[in-house]
Amino acid sequence: MKAFLRNKKAVTGLGILVFFALMAIFAGVIDPHDPNNINFTPLAHVSSAHLLGTTPEGQDIFSQLIYSSRATLIVALVTGGLISVVQLFMGVFSGYVGGWVDGVLSTITNIFLVLPGLPLLIVIVAYVQNKSVTTIIVVLTITGWAWGARVLRSQAISLRDRPFMEAARMSGEGRLRIVVFHVVPNMFGVLAANFFGAALYGVLTYTVLQYLGLGDISQLTWGSMLYEAQNDTAFLLHLWLWLLLPGICILLLGTGFGLLNFAVDEVADPRLRRNDPVRSSARTTQAGMPGTTPQSPTTSPLVPPTPGELAPARGGT
Amino acid sequence: MQYLLRRVGLLLLTLWVALTVNFALPRLMPGNPLELMMGRLGAQGGQIAPSAAKAIARAYGLDNTHSAISQYFTYLHQTAMGHFGLSISLYPEKVSTLIGNELPWTIGLVGTAVVISFVVGTAIGAMAAWRRSGFFDSLLVPTGVMLQAMPAFWLGILLLYFFAYRLGWFNVSSTNEVEARQLASLSGLWAILQASFLPAVALVAVSLGGYIILMRNTMITVMSDDFVKFARAKGLPDRIVATRYAARNAILPVFTNFALSLGFVVAGAIAIEVVFDYPGIADQLLAAVEAEDYPLMQAIFLIIVLGVLLANFVSDLVYVFLDPRIRLGGRS
Repeated sequence: MKAFLRNKKAVTGLGILVFFALMAIFAGVIDPHDPNNINFTPLAHVSSAHLLGTTPEGQDIFSQLIYSSRATLIVALVTGGLISVVQLFMGVFSGYVGGWVDGVLSTITNIFLVLPGLPLLIVIVAYVQNKSVTTIIVVLTITGWAWGARVLRSQAISLRDRPFMEAARMSGEGRLRIVVFHVVPNMFGVLAANFFGAALYGVLTYTVLQYLGLGDISQLTWGSMLYEAQNDTAFLLHLWLWLLLPGICILLLGTGFGLLNFAVDEVADPRLRRNDPVRSSARTTQAGMPGTTPQSPTTSPLVPPTPGELAPARGGT
Repeated sequence: MQYLLRRVGLLLLTLWVALTVNFALPRLMPGNPLELMMGRLGAQGGQIAPSAAKAIARAYGLDNTHSAISQYFTYLHQTAMGHFGLSISLYPEKVSTLIGNELPWTIGLVGTAVVISFVVGTAIGAMAAWRRSGFFDSLLVPTGVMLQAMPAFWLGILLLYFFAYRLGWFNVSSTNEVEARQLASLSGLWAILQASFLPAVALVAVSLGGYIILMRNTMITVMSDDFVKFARAKGLPDRIVATRYAARNAILPVFTNFALSLGFVVAGAIAIEVVFDYPGIADQLLAAVEAEDYPLMQAIFLIIVLGVLLANFVSDLVYVFLDPRIRLGGRS
């Protein structure tokens, strides 16, 4: 924990997260206006009464911005948690149990990995009648778990053959007990990193859905603010703060999750720390491609990926 | 060979899953899409004779006279033959024609963005790794994290606002005026270029971060390997060691992650097409969802999946070419 708090990325990320959490909790205290009130003067300029002005429909932009943190943060954290649970189950089960179970689960993971997530999400959401936050979270989980499950699987495989695991098996511990008391605790670092990566995925994808008007539009989020701004031609009205600030909030929150993801990896895996000149940056897991769980396992390039594997197993383990 | 066979196997399996999702979703969800379609067709063209209704139901594979299993096989067969049915919102246009008109735009945009971000991203990543701990490198990780946290569509909105609207450098509405026959002419090309430039910039910007960070980190791992040290010890010039030894090997994992990156580029492209009102299939997908045009929506979903899978397959082929260990059947 001390090492975690000494890590600059971790502290920055944590700071950002706390900032938005406070904003969400004390939204009512920070801003006296009701974000859904449409009775203000439309298109009011920036003033002390309306810090960021009002929309053409007469809503206070500042209070909308503050209140939007609630739904976005909840979706991010719950999606992150749910995805972590699915990943843990799939990854540990297939990695530790092995055999045909691994074959089946790995194939499922591989399929979800190559199926383009957002189009799948859009198609599912199109058929769903009740687009509540809960539904959206479930759909986000279905489309977003695959990447991290691979990482956890590789981790479970590498743990399986360690001497202390052998010792546990020899001493007659049951499979379930081994998984709960030996495998899972040893994956805590990866698991925590995955959680923040999944939360980042949740923020970004939820925002896109809301922006496209496919989520619950009545739910106030930064994504739906941008949707409204675009629909109300904020361009032509020169309400550029309305376009700029929700995006900056998403960017900041996302960066917070991304930094924490990075930092947890560094802290949990001693080989990745700064003071080790060779290994410090050759991290085995690091931020991946945009909009995803930033966990892309890199291989030591001298070890080719097993044929049939999409992303190679964690290198250096 | 075995490697390629496995890749083909996964490709077919994934395609089958996508098809099955397409088939099962409308049947699992409450509400009957058929009634919805009927209502819409009825609103457009007045009364629908029961026989016509039956024919339409059959055309969309939704009649209840057959069992779900036989419907399923009919559906698979039809799709394999390239019969996607008729659009509802633009009835009686064929779905395949509609997609055919928009597909080249999307392939052009996504293709260009992927190639540019891959080339530029790996180059920047390799350079940063080579001059590690320099000023350039120290900025890279935070920048990469920020780029990954940036919503693609929001960047698109900002670009659109400042460059097209405020500064008037781009006439982004020009795509609507481009007719198919104009495509070959010079003015048509100019219009396309104007229309695609900003969306491509936005897409490249958000895709770049992942390639940069991945390349940088694998390159650093490779640089500590013995064969690189040996190449240096031989007295080879730095430039050769960097490109032919380190970067040549570091690019392999970046390639294996191509599959995953492509999914995110596609995700970015969907929102960006909507922002710019770009005439591609993602924009069409959203329009289809809004109009509850299920045949069109399903067909676009399949086309996107197919495109991603084929691109993956090509990257696997290139991988075999790049990595002799796989070509020669070596195993780790």
